[in-house]
Amino acid sequence: MLIKTVFAGFGGQGVLSMGLNLAQAAMLEGKNVTYLPSYGAEVRGGTANCTVAISDEEIASPVASAPEYVVAMNKPSLVRFQNQLESGGILFVNSSLIEADISRGDINLVEVPANDIAKKLGSPKSANMVMLGAFTRKSNLVSLSTLIEALEDTLKKKKKVLEVNKKALEAGYSYFK
Amino acid sequence: MSGNSIIGEAAIRAGCQCYFGYPITPQNELTEYMAAHLGRRKGCSFVQAESELAAINMVYGASLVGARTMTSSSSPGISLKQEGISYLAASQLPAVIVNMSRGGPGLGSISAAQSDYFQATRGGGHGDYRTIVLAPSSGQELADFTHRAFELADKYQIPVIILGDGMLGQMMEPVEFKHEAPEKPPVRSNALRGAKGRPSRAITTFTSKPTELEEINWSLFRRYQLIQRRETTYEAFMAEDAKLMVVAFGVAARIAKGAIKNVQAEGLKVGMLRPITLWPFPSAQVTSLSNKVKQFLVFEMNMGQMIEDVQLALTGNGDVSFYGRPGGVIPTPSEVAKVISRIYYQKGLK
Repeated sequence: MLIKTVFAGFGGQGVLSMGLNLAQAAMLEGKNVTYLPSYGAEVRGGTANCTVAISDEEIASPVASAPEYVVAMNKPSLVRFQNQLESGGILFVNSSLIEADISRGDINLVEVPANDIAKKLGSPKSANMVMLGAFTRKSNLVSLSTLIEALEDTLKKKKKVLEVNKKALEAGYSYFK
Repeated sequence: MSGNSIIGEAAIRAGCQCYFGYPITPQNELTEYMAAHLGRRKGCSFVQAESELAAINMVYGASLVGARTMTSSSSPGISLKQEGISYLAASQLPAVIVNMSRGGPGLGSISAAQSDYFQATRGGGHGDYRTIVLAPSSGQELADFTHRAFELADKYQIPVIILGDGMLGQMMEPVEFKHEAPEKPPVRSNALRGAKGRPSRAITTFTSKPTELEEINWSLFRRYQLIQRRETTYEAFMAEDAKLMVVAFGVAARIAKGAIKNVQAEGLKVGMLRPITLWPFPSAQVTSLSNKVKQFLVFEMNMGQMIEDVQLALTGNGDVSFYGRPGGVIPTPSEVAKVISRIYYQKGLK
C-alpha cells in the first residue's frame, strides 16, 4: 500500500518539518519512505511544500500527482493542491487561517484550528505540530508514540523546544475524540 | 538524510580528504555537509572556492599531492569545470565530481533533469578522453556509488563523475553506510610529495612532441578498454520473458520500475535494463538482449541522449521507441505506464 501526503504552506510555518517528522517516524516503524521538499530557491517566506511517500514496497517516485492526503496550512496551498487530491482523499485545512471553500464533492474535509490551539498552549509557532498531531490521529499512518520518538531524535539538543512541540502534537492528536 | 548529505557522509567514509565547492542549487546541502563535517577532521580540508574554475583547479592540486578529493556542482557549474576535468584526465589524476543536474540548457531550472548525459559520457571537455560515469537512483545507491567512485578513481587514476539530479539530491530516504572512515587515508605512490631520495618527477598536460602525446593518448585508450571490460555495470529487471524492454537510468529508471509493475499487473510482458555505469555503457548487454527482444523503449528526462548509445549497441537489430520529458518536468509512474501500454499494443505485442 503506497500512501502519499503533501504538506503545504508558506515558508516559516514549519511545513517541511511536519513532513520530515512524519518521514522519520515511518522510517522508525520500518516502512519504506521518501521525503521530497520543494521551496522557492532564491526567496525567503515564499511557498513551501513537501511530499512524503510511505509504503510497504519499494517506492518508484517520490513525487505525488494524486496524493491521498493534503495538508493545507494557508490559502494558496488550498487553492493549488485541492484539485490534485485523489478522489476519496482527505484534505486537512488550517481553519484558523483559511475559510475552506471546497469546490469538489468527492473528497473529505478535516478542519483543524491549528493556530488557535497553538496560541492557547502559549506557543503560536507550534501550529504545525498541532496539525501533525491531528493528521496522525485521522490518517493512522504512524503511531503517536513513534512520532514523539522521531521528534525526540530531531530535537535532542533542544530540550525546551522539544517539550513545547510534544505538547502541541498531543493537543492536536486529542483534538479529535 | 537528504541525497546530498548522503554523498557527503559517504565521501568522508571513503577517505575523502579535500572538498572544494562553489554553491549552486540543487546541490547546496552537499557543500554545507562538507563544511560542517569534513573541515574539522584531522588532515582534511574544506574550501568554498571563489568560483567553479577555482574549485576544480584546487581539486587538481590536491589530487597531485595524493589526496582523495571531491567537488560537486549542478549543470551550469559542471560546464565551467570541464576544462579542469580535461586536465585531470590528461594528467591521469583521480578525482570525484558530483553533478546534481538540473534542467537546461543555459541557467535552466532547478528541477531534476537528465540533460547532461552527453556531456558526462562523452568526456565533456576538450580532447580525447573519457570519465567513468555512475548513475545512482536511490539514497542507498548514492552512498554505495560514492564509495565506489573513490575506489575506481584511485584504481584507474581517472576522474569519476556521479551523475545525479535535483530530485536525488533533495529527496530524503533511509540509508545504511557500509563503510567506516579509514584511520589513515590511503597513500598513492605516484603523488608528488617531495623528491627526497628519488629523482624529481613532473606531471604536466603539455608536450611539444606529437608522437609523445600520441603515446599518452594510446595509454589512456588502453586503460579505457580495460575499464570497459571490467567495470561495466547494469541492472536487469523482469527481463527473462519480456517482449518489450525499457531502457532507463537514474531517477527515470526508478519511475519506470513503478510503471512496469503497473503494466505487469495487466499481463504485459515488460522488463527493464538500467545502465548503472553510463560510461562504460553496457553495450554488450543491449546487443545480447536483442537476440531475444526486438522492441525497446528508451525513457529519459531529456529529449533523447542515451537512446544514441542504445541504437549504436543494437546496430539496427531491434526497434527503438523513445519517451522523454525535458526541462525539469518529472513524469509520474502512471504517465509512463500509459506510454508503455500504448507502445506495447501499437507494436502488436499483445
